[in-house]
Amino acid sequence: MTDTTVERHAFSDALAVAGGGLVAIIGAVVAFKTTTPAMAFHGVVLALGGALAAIYVMTHAFGGKGYSPIDANGYFDGPIRVATVAAVFWGIAGFLVGDIIAWQLAFPALNLDMPWTSFGRLRPLHTSAVIFAFGGNVLLATSFYVVQRTSQARLAGRWAPWFVIWGFQLFIAIAGTGYLLGITEGKEYAEPEWYADLWLTIVWVIYLLVFLGTLAKRKEPHIYVANWFYLAFIVTIAMLHLVNNFTIPTSPFEPKSYIFFSGVQDAMTQWWYGHNAVGFFLTAGFLGIMYYFIPKRVERPVYSYRLSIVHFWTLIFLYIWAGPHHLHYTALPDWAQTLGMTFSIMLWMPSWGGMINGLMTLSGAWDKLRTDPVVRLLVVSVAFYGMSTFEGPLMSIKAVNSLSHYTDWTIGHVHSGALGWVAMVSFGAIYCLVPWLWQRKALYSLRLVEWHFWISTLGILLYITAMWVSGILQGLMWRAYDKQGFLTYSFVETVEAMHPFYVIRAIGGMLFVLGALIMAYNMWRTIRGDEPVDAKDQPRVAAAPELRPQAAE
Amino acid sequence: MSYDTVATFSQVTSLLFFFALFIGVVAYAFWPGNNRKFDEAQRRALGLEAEKSNGGGR
Repeated sequence: MTDTTVERHAFSDALAVAGGGLVAIIGAVVAFKTTTPAMAFHGVVLALGGALAAIYVMTHAFGGKGYSPIDANGYFDGPIRVATVAAVFWGIAGFLVGDIIAWQLAFPALNLDMPWTSFGRLRPLHTSAVIFAFGGNVLLATSFYVVQRTSQARLAGRWAPWFVIWGFQLFIAIAGTGYLLGITEGKEYAEPEWYADLWLTIVWVIYLLVFLGTLAKRKEPHIYVANWFYLAFIVTIAMLHLVNNFTIPTSPFEPKSYIFFSGVQDAMTQWWYGHNAVGFFLTAGFLGIMYYFIPKRVERPVYSYRLSIVHFWTLIFLYIWAGPHHLHYTALPDWAQTLGMTFSIMLWMPSWGGMINGLMTLSGAWDKLRTDPVVRLLVVSVAFYGMSTFEGPLMSIKAVNSLSHYTDWTIGHVHSGALGWVAMVSFGAIYCLVPWLWQRKALYSLRLVEWHFWISTLGILLYITAMWVSGILQGLMWRAYDKQGFLTYSFVETVEAMHPFYVIRAIGGMLFVLGALIMAYNMWRTIRGDEPVDAKDQPRVAAAPELRPQAAE
Repeated sequence: MSYDTVATFSQVTSLLFFFALFIGVVAYAFWPGNNRKFDEAQRRALGLEAEKSNGGGR
């Protein structure tokens, strides 16, 4: 190491300690000054997080302890391992809470008559846990993995990637416990209050800088298409988060804040945010996964790289306009509703172009669908992507929306995308990543992946078919009139009619949780280094790149 | 300058701008000389051997 490197490291260590100390002090001040017990708790959590980070850096980096973030393979993978485990942990938590509230809808007594376990508090806990905690950690892990491999460069920063991963977990902890304790902005998918938002902003900016810094160091002049999708996701989420959380706190030491916009402007901003959380978080980011992990797992290039470029630019251009379709037949001006609908329909083109590109990457290797359940997870996810991106534009058509809106059809649609596309592609990526990151020669058991695949597929099918029937039934009952023009059904009659479908949905969700538990077990055995039970059935690429036998030429 | 003038100006300019951008993207993606470049770049990025082709470069 040269002297400047030593100095640079010492500076970055000192900066990390100072940062941790500052966070600890801010947390402590908040804990003492606030009159809200829940916020005092968050102050303590923040203070502990900052203090632990500072102590860790001090004890591991100072005094010639020789902290090095670099793995034997030359990459910086520690934070990716943490994010991968965190993704599975939060995933199970989020799926489980989702299934609990599904049972609550079927049997309301299960809310236990306590504020902390009421549907209104558990529902945002479920959505945030699955979207941001599970999905977010999958995106953090895969984006850091993919950008290093496709750029042939180590992650930028010495502590920054660690800060991004642990800072994100701290955000999740503060946001999630806040919902349970009754702290919320009340904006769907943007529930965290202003101080959690502020913390996420810091984490996200560092995330962007680490990603850009790694790209800047790349040895390969061309930036691989998956990185474009990841970058669009990071930048757009930053923009959406800042604008939609433009709130003014009542005091620097109290959790309540008020949004700067009001009325229909607020609604429009919220759904511009909300739909692009779908478009850029749950779509663009996960398309980055598709464009790396499918070609990697089947050892074939992307079907058409040219199509992937057109896919990227058209997708990001069209998605950003689709938000108003969430506000059909509201106070939003008619032209804006029509605009949202039109752009949603145009999204058929890039969505299906991308789906075809992902599926056709298997051309000539279709047999892998039969032999490798990891490939099947990845490919079936793309098929679900195609299905839900067909259904979405259909539902955005005003005439269809007049039936579907506010019904369970929407819930079914969201879950065909979330369980079928986002979660399945994530499971595929996690099954790839675990042996690759922990230097194992195979997964512990490919049979268990097979079980996971079929159990969760069955769960998804039960879920979405139940919601289709229940949603359309609900919509038709709501709009039924008799000869005198009176509504045929009272609201509670429609609720009663939903009951059997709610039970089927909850059973589907339970199967999905069960599948995720199987994954966690398989992952734990793989990480522990247990001898794989069916290594001979697993493809060459299941092994970590360093342990892979060379392909016979 | 009325609101209508400004709105028309901004709508027409954006239409032309985004259309030009789209043409640019398509031209870049389908430019004959770029085809081989993309193919090589993605094989390097994914660590795939050059000869193992599924007829790529579509």
